[in-house]
Amino acid sequence: MMKKKKGISLVFEILKYVSLVFGAMCALIPVCVCVLTAFKTNEEYAATSVLDMPQSFLNFDNFVTAFEKANMLRGFLNTGLVLIVVLTASIFMGSMLAYVLNRFKFPGRALVQNLFMFAALLPGIAMQVTIYQIMYSLGLVNHLYGYMIVLMGTDIISIYIFLQFFENLPVSLDESAIMDGCTYFGVFFKILFPLLKPAIMTSLLLKGVSVYNEYYASNLYLQAPKLKTISTALYTFTGPYGNQYNYICAGVLITIAPILILFLVFQKRVYGGMAAGAVKG
Amino acid sequence: MDKGGSVFTGKKTFAEKMKSRKAQQFFVIVTFLFAPLLLLIVFTYLPFMRMVQFSFYNMKYIGPKKFVGLANYVDVFHRTEIFRALLVSVYYMGGAVVQLVLALFFATLMVFKVKGESVFKAALFFPYLICGIAVGFIFKFFYARGFVFDSLLQILGMKLDHIPYWLQDQSINNVALAATSVWRYTGQNMIMFLGAMMSVDTDLYEAAALDGANNWHRFRYIILPSIKSIIVLNLILSISGSLSAFEPPYVITNGTMGTGTYFVIMNRLAHENQKVGLACAMAIVLLVIIIFCTVAQKLFFAYVFDNGTDDESKAAVRKRKKAERRRNAQKGAAV
Repeated sequence: MMKKKKGISLVFEILKYVSLVFGAMCALIPVCVCVLTAFKTNEEYAATSVLDMPQSFLNFDNFVTAFEKANMLRGFLNTGLVLIVVLTASIFMGSMLAYVLNRFKFPGRALVQNLFMFAALLPGIAMQVTIYQIMYSLGLVNHLYGYMIVLMGTDIISIYIFLQFFENLPVSLDESAIMDGCTYFGVFFKILFPLLKPAIMTSLLLKGVSVYNEYYASNLYLQAPKLKTISTALYTFTGPYGNQYNYICAGVLITIAPILILFLVFQKRVYGGMAAGAVKG
Repeated sequence: MDKGGSVFTGKKTFAEKMKSRKAQQFFVIVTFLFAPLLLLIVFTYLPFMRMVQFSFYNMKYIGPKKFVGLANYVDVFHRTEIFRALLVSVYYMGGAVVQLVLALFFATLMVFKVKGESVFKAALFFPYLICGIAVGFIFKFFYARGFVFDSLLQILGMKLDHIPYWLQDQSINNVALAATSVWRYTGQNMIMFLGAMMSVDTDLYEAAALDGANNWHRFRYIILPSIKSIIVLNLILSISGSLSAFEPPYVITNGTMGTGTYFVIMNRLAHENQKVGLACAMAIVLLVIIIFCTVAQKLFFAYVFDNGTDDESKAAVRKRKKAERRRNAQKGAAV
């Protein structure tokens, strides 16, 4: 009896690891083949099978070419600038909004909250048809700041995260600070804002990834070559280099690298943020 | 909370203080709400209202408008390319179901003790973080004739002649494209499921083990109930998600050979053909579908899942929650 049970659990163990390894391989192979290809010279790329190892993993020529041809330096600079401004703005706006909605009762409070909740349902890309018109009439097309404003304006993620976090911050904190003669601004900036650190980190990560990966609005509002962000820079590979996959793969890897590093450092927090995001529904 | 102060400072100053508190409160509310609300109105509700308005017109971005009534809506359901896009999204919904099952499977495996858990978790989750355009390129390369996928299949012993053209063959290309969505989102779903499963009290597992429960019992009676609501949520989200699939088909096939998803077609109509009115009508139709799904989800949670506990009925729970909310609201007002 005992023996049989052991046999079953051993089979179960083996099946468990076989399926996990298989799943992980399916997830990794498409990217790993890109790594192999990115290190191949043109001749190698033409002559060998895609699954063959490159002659050398030190041949960074494709990365240099991709970086220059797609003007990725410009892309990284623009994306970096957008990230700094948009993330700062959405942290402050999101936390202030959540503070007001969570701590005060005022006429129209429910309306404001519902307006934000309903906005989350509106299909993003579809909305751009008419947002484009408004951007155009405001003269915001083809300016980096115009793009930043659009990204701030369509930010629901951080608001959700902060609203949730405020639910769990005791009101007694505010009360005692006010007893001590603190103003409401003081309560927010001196007492509550520093306590928001975990929520700020989560929203920085989630919002940061979504801004870094954003393509549609960037393609629509930043058409001048010098305004390309990293994702639109990557998209230029559909053009003249359409079939030189050794360059394309190098470009893809350059684009993924910063996110991969960030992910490996902040793994736990990213998972935590995902789980928190799930609760919103 | 200023009651203590009023005893010492007298009635007048207390009233003054209250007044200034009220003024201060008003000031804080206005300043903190101003920027987010302005952005919300200008970039969400103004475009939304225009979207509704434009959907009744035949128009381009610039130039004259012509009122056409419901003609655009009729068009949405009669133009073959749009109707095809709705059919294409069925492939993505199928993909979403596969993805949920896989995510559930892997999450369940990870709940039990796994060596190298963090490596498997990271490997499965990472595709979610890759930008859509990069995903497009990775799979354009993956599916290209004689490249990655074909080579892998040849290693497994298939002949190239028997392998279909993954991106050109209309009987298979949408399956291939929907598979990229499965690749991209399975890990994220898994993390969500895992989060819900981990929130189960570990005492429950121990108690169950003492009662002689095996792994299947554990899954069926402890794990599954803890995540059923998140499963339904994901199923419903996948409907609007599959209509919103955009970047991979956009990069890989650009919607050619019958692979145009709803958004790819809408993008083409709006920005290449400048059929703004028609694109707006498409957007409204999509919105109606999304709202329908959301309402369905809310109803589902309210009436199908019993929120009651053993000693409290559903109605009692609702009543108690209402009372709690009222109490909280009063507390909020007091601040």
